[in-house]
Amino acid sequence: MDLILTQETINKLEDIMQKELLEHGVDHAFIVDSAGNLITEGGKFPPEDIMPLAALLSANFAATERIAKLIGEKDFTLLFHKGSRFNIHFGRINQDFILVTLFNTEVSLGLVRLGSIKAIEQMLPVLQS
Amino acid sequence: MAFIDLKRKEIRAKLVYYGPGRGGKTTNVLHIHKTMAKEVCGKMVTIDTRGDRTLFFDFLPLTIGKIMNLTIRIQIYTVPGQVLYNDTRKLVLRGVDGIVFVADSLRVQQDPNVESLRNLLENLRDDRLTVEEVPLVLQYNKRDLAESKIPILSLEEMEHDLNRELGVPSFKASALRGEGVYETLREISKRMIRAVTTKLRSHQV
Repeated sequence: MDLILTQETINKLEDIMQKELLEHGVDHAFIVDSAGNLITEGGKFPPEDIMPLAALLSANFAATERIAKLIGEKDFTLLFHKGSRFNIHFGRINQDFILVTLFNTEVSLGLVRLGSIKAIEQMLPVLQS
Repeated sequence: MAFIDLKRKEIRAKLVYYGPGRGGKTTNVLHIHKTMAKEVCGKMVTIDTRGDRTLFFDFLPLTIGKIMNLTIRIQIYTVPGQVLYNDTRKLVLRGVDGIVFVADSLRVQQDPNVESLRNLLENLRDDRLTVEEVPLVLQYNKRDLAESKIPILSLEEMEHDLNRELGVPSFKASALRGEGVYETLREISKRMIRAVTTKLRSHQV
C-alpha cells in the first residue's frame, strides 16, 4: 500500500502540530511512519537533521514494541527519552504512524503528553481519510 | 510503501541492502556516501558494534532526480547480516520498495549466501510481499579477490545458487574499490521508480 498525501491533508496535520505542540514551546514535532518515512514536520531543526532522526526513532519505537511483546506486554504506553538539553516523546497515532515531539528542559513532560494526546485525536480522522 | 508528498512534490521510497554478514552491504552504502555530491546525499547514520559489524542498520537518504514533476528521494538502509538478528532485519524490511541482495563471492560463504536469500524470501512472505512485487537485484561482491589466492565462487556458480529461479538482474562488484556499486544502484533505482510510477499513474495523480 502506497501513501499519497495531498497538500490539504499535510496542511491540516501541520496546523494541528502548530496549535497543540509548537505553540506551547516544543522545539520540533513530526510524524513518521513505521517504515521510517518522514510524513510531515515542523519546528526549529533543519529537515536534513530530521530525516535520519525519523528513521532512527521509527526503528527505536518498533524495537521497543518488540521488546514489550517479548516480555508479554502489548505495548509500552509511554516512550520518552530524557537528555540534559533535549527530550523526545513518542505517541502512537495508529498502527502505521507515530507522532514524535522534541522539546527542551523548559517545557514540562506533562504538557507535551497532553498536547500529543490532543494532537493525535485530531490527526486520526485526517490520516484515516 | 512509497510515500508521495504532494505539498513538497516529493516521492520517498525505501531501498534495503540485504545479504549475509560481512558481505559488503555497508561498504556499498559507504562508497555511495563518499562519492556522491553533497547536494544530493544526506547524512549517513550507522549503528555498528566495535568490530564494525552492523548492529541495527545503516541509513542514507539520496535525491536521484525528478519524475512527473516530483523529486525522487531514496532512503537506503542496510540490514545486519548475522543470522542472530532476524528480528532487526524484519523491522528494517518494513515498507520496503526495492532490495539489493549483496552476495559474498568467498567460497566459504556459499551456504550463508543461499541461507540469507532464503531468509529474505521468508521475511518478505511474512510481510505478505513477494519478489514479483518488490524489485530485486543481486550483486556478487568481492570479485577483486579473484586476483588473490583466496578461493572464490565463479559467477556461474553464484548465478546457479542464487538466481536460477529468480532470474533477476545481477552485477559483479567490488564495493571496496567502488566497482559495480553504481551499476547496481542505477538498476534497482530504475526498477523502483518504474514500480512507483505505475502505481502513481493508477492513482491518476
